[in-house]
Amino acid sequence: MALSLSAPAFILERDQSRCIACQVCVRQCANDVHYYDEDDGVVCSDATSCVGCHRCVTLCPTRALLVRTNPLEFRPHANWNAATLQSIYKQAETGGMLLAGMGNDQPHRIYWDHMLLNASQVTNPSIDPLREPMELKTFLGARPDAVAFEADGEGEYDLRTELTPQLELDIPIMFSAMSYGSISYNACQSLARAAKRMGTYYNTGEGGLHPDLYAYGPVTIAQVASGRFGVHLDYLRTAAAIEIKIGQGAKPGIGGHLPGEKVTREVSRTRMIPEGTDALSPAPHHDIYSIEDLRQLIFALKEATHYQKPVSVKVAAVHNIAPIASGIVRAGADIVAIDGLRGGTGAAPTVIRNNVGIPIELALAAVDQRLREEGIRHRASIVAAGSVRNSADVVKAIALGADAVYIATSALVAMGCHLCQRCYTGKCNWGIATQDPYLTKRLNPNIGERRLANLLRAWSLEIKEMMGGMGINAIESLRGNRDHLRGVGLNQVELDALGIRAAGT
Amino acid sequence: MKRIVIHEEYCMACRLCEVHCLVAHSSSRDIIKAYRDERDTVMSRVIVEESGPLSFAMQCRQCQDPRCLEACPSGAMHRDPATGAITCDESRCVGCWMCIMVCPAGAVQQSTSGHRVASKCDLCQDADMPACVAHCPNEALTYEEVS
Amino acid sequence: MSITIVGNSAAAVGAIEAIREHDRDVAIQVVTAEGPAIYSRPLISHYVGGEIDQGRLAYRPPSFYEAHNVQALFDEPVTAIDPAGHTITTAKGRVLAYDQLLLAMGGSPIVPPMPGLELEGVVTFATLGDAEAIDRLIGAGRVSHAVVVGGGMIGIKATDALLKRGVRVTMVELAPRILIRALDEQGATMMTELFEGAGVRVLTGNTVAEIVPQDGRIAGVVLQDGQRLDCDLLVFGIGVRPNVALAREAGLDVDRGVVVDRAMRTSDPSIYAAGDVAEAYDLVVDLNRTVAIWPNAYRQGAIAGAQMVGQPRQDQGGIAMNAIEVAGVPCVSIGEGNAEGDGYDVLTRSSPERRQYRRLVLEGNRLVGVILVGNISRAGIYTGLIRHRVDISAHRDSLLSDRLSLLSVPDDYRKHVVRGQGIEV
Repeated sequence: MALSLSAPAFILERDQSRCIACQVCVRQCANDVHYYDEDDGVVCSDATSCVGCHRCVTLCPTRALLVRTNPLEFRPHANWNAATLQSIYKQAETGGMLLAGMGNDQPHRIYWDHMLLNASQVTNPSIDPLREPMELKTFLGARPDAVAFEADGEGEYDLRTELTPQLELDIPIMFSAMSYGSISYNACQSLARAAKRMGTYYNTGEGGLHPDLYAYGPVTIAQVASGRFGVHLDYLRTAAAIEIKIGQGAKPGIGGHLPGEKVTREVSRTRMIPEGTDALSPAPHHDIYSIEDLRQLIFALKEATHYQKPVSVKVAAVHNIAPIASGIVRAGADIVAIDGLRGGTGAAPTVIRNNVGIPIELALAAVDQRLREEGIRHRASIVAAGSVRNSADVVKAIALGADAVYIATSALVAMGCHLCQRCYTGKCNWGIATQDPYLTKRLNPNIGERRLANLLRAWSLEIKEMMGGMGINAIESLRGNRDHLRGVGLNQVELDALGIRAAGT
Repeated sequence: MKRIVIHEEYCMACRLCEVHCLVAHSSSRDIIKAYRDERDTVMSRVIVEESGPLSFAMQCRQCQDPRCLEACPSGAMHRDPATGAITCDESRCVGCWMCIMVCPAGAVQQSTSGHRVASKCDLCQDADMPACVAHCPNEALTYEEVS
Repeated sequence: MSITIVGNSAAAVGAIEAIREHDRDVAIQVVTAEGPAIYSRPLISHYVGGEIDQGRLAYRPPSFYEAHNVQALFDEPVTAIDPAGHTITTAKGRVLAYDQLLLAMGGSPIVPPMPGLELEGVVTFATLGDAEAIDRLIGAGRVSHAVVVGGGMIGIKATDALLKRGVRVTMVELAPRILIRALDEQGATMMTELFEGAGVRVLTGNTVAEIVPQDGRIAGVVLQDGQRLDCDLLVFGIGVRPNVALAREAGLDVDRGVVVDRAMRTSDPSIYAAGDVAEAYDLVVDLNRTVAIWPNAYRQGAIAGAQMVGQPRQDQGGIAMNAIEVAGVPCVSIGEGNAEGDGYDVLTRSSPERRQYRRLVLEGNRLVGVILVGNISRAGIYTGLIRHRVDISAHRDSLLSDRLSLLSVPDDYRKHVVRGQGIEV
């Protein structure tokens, strides 16, 4: 057999003075990195298959383990670096596409980190969130062009305009699309329960809805993706909203991919596909080849659900995102969800994940700006996604024009994900991106729900602090309020694209 | 009285409960010293049962009608008057193994301490909660008032 | 309301603890032929064997009666029971009234009548007095060879205890093999080999016919087959007979023991019986019989006590079982471990060189008996299966495994045990 040129990505260091040979690491590693040597009575490690997930490190009761990136060095080269070489070695061995999980790991500019927030000083007093109510409540849906009232003759006024259906969020953060199949049943339960607890919504992704989760219908956004997995009438009717997935930020232009190892009996039943087969969604919806086709599907879904649920359209952030979003709004979508370059995935070709799409910050600003210019900004809510990492990112996104954000990677990290980027292998040691029954047990939904709810609670407290600092007491006042943002380290083109001024001006 | 509730759906057979039970019953109470010096004479009172993905950590169920107490001829198996927990007073145990013969959960073992006595979970009476519960990383063991 | 208990051992303690759990105030009186020490008879072999001192024979502390608010009369045997008059009469002439009476006076060792029983060195293996006598003789260096009559549980324990004191022992058993009620041939052979390996001479199909005296002490015995053995200690460890005389004279329903129902009530509604004196339901053989073991005594006492204060506790039934150890090798028998023939399905696994033997007896789809030699780990799992009459037809192989665990049993039973609430199926 020919030699493999792939070097291990990580090395394992075991402090033998602390190792008690309890073998917890041996039992917990899904990649069989650790093993017990009966003859010598010690635990040893072969880091060849280590993915750097830290499961062993975290569970080790004496903190005897350390994972380091392999310090193997090539002759320094600014262009042909180790990662580039390793990719070529691997492809020369396999002849296949390189796959990756989670979001873009390349050093593209992170615009969140180049935007700073305002605070009130002197001229506009800040508000103390501990003493004054802060309104984080957000509604997602279409707004009418105008509202009409009529007097009822007793000094009260009734609303005469019929409103389209809205989603009501207690906090402007929702859990983004993660399919059952790419993530485990326990992970889905955790998301659904936390969404319910915190007054927000979670998204089924393109995996359909497991029967046990129908109970959480009122907090569910049911996704209709190009493969139409799991799409049937009950699925649409039980959800609070429906989302047509045209694309996602991690892999714009191509369809979803769930490797056959992860299509278990339960997954196959939920998705309505054969067990063990790869679940490949086609790149386009084969019934959407024009914007008119999209309008037709939007209204077909609204008809099927008696116009009682908002319909969202999710697109990846690409070069012409502004006219695309305008078309989507005019096609009748109640919500436009835009997923940026750094959005996550369970499986995507690495080259597409890293090289296709544009950052959400730029896309969001462009879309918000365009819709305002066309006078149709009110006809749909904008939801931004694609690496919202903390509460400051949330505030900046809303200031740039989003009504709300979707989080996925942050949610997974809250549940224990360490971004080893190997979701597509189905061997997630944290019980999240796997269907292996040994591994899925590791995510206790009671704990998952608690951690997700804690994350949202923590971020909402921070958002209130930042808003109070800005002298704002309602999300309504923050939305699209770009004057609260200033750019640092950005050139004029970027500042213009974001529609913000440079700090100091 | 609080008892340990076992949740087999969350147990991943990591066996950290066994590790910490051993340490909690060692002399040194230090995980590294206990494993280095006392491994041969201290045992876990928790028994992790495992078959494929099914696993759970078994220990004394603190039965309402304890068979061990009824079978013990020396009075070593007794109900602690203060806490209500059923514990084995090893200073009174003669190692007749009647308790092992009657416990339906198989939760009593022959001690490896070198003394011929029976060994079983004592609910870690001197701690806030049993060591196994405190250290289960997935809350597969919880400590609850069970009527 | 007043409760009187005749007896001072396991059944009495079980009754008192059960009564006081539900009623702190009802008057309880204990009347016993024995002294104030609540000691454990099964522990006598450990005392004779030199493993524990007398202090550790206590089953409950001396303060037990006071702590449980119980009046006790010691060294006062009961001589008559008057069910109609609700009184008992004692050897000191006292006539004591009761509302409810518990007979827990246990059993007495079986001793075949023959001349010489009163000689020094001729003892039974039942009471503290017996143990003290044996200990004194051994301590005085006056025992070089002992003969133990009986190869059942009592004889085995006596022999093992004497071995630990360095005494040379000959065990004589009437049946064709030792432990005939508990073990099968293979099990008995293994135990016999263990004894012989430790220097014990085991004679089966034989018994002691005559005691040979000398100077007021025993000098030897003559066996049924005419053999003469020199010995300075003769221990009768044949068995125990329920002390039913009083009950019979009082007109209660008595078979071998005092017959009781599932509430431990005798044929008189105000009189209960529990422990070695009672003949209670055995759930394995599905009829009443006396099984004189500690767990039965305590449990039956507890049930009687609960019933006496109005609690509806019933007896599921007893299971004959025993745990012994010979030359460091443990042996457990539960239920009908040695049954064979039509209707029984016998599964065995043995490794004689490792001194391990496992025998399971099934009747239909349930377990009715177990014998374990060597590896007794988690044996109680079998007991639970027997007690709850669990259908184990799909688990025969896993139950025969050396690594018996709760994964060897049916799922719904396992979940029930793991839940642990009261553990009643």
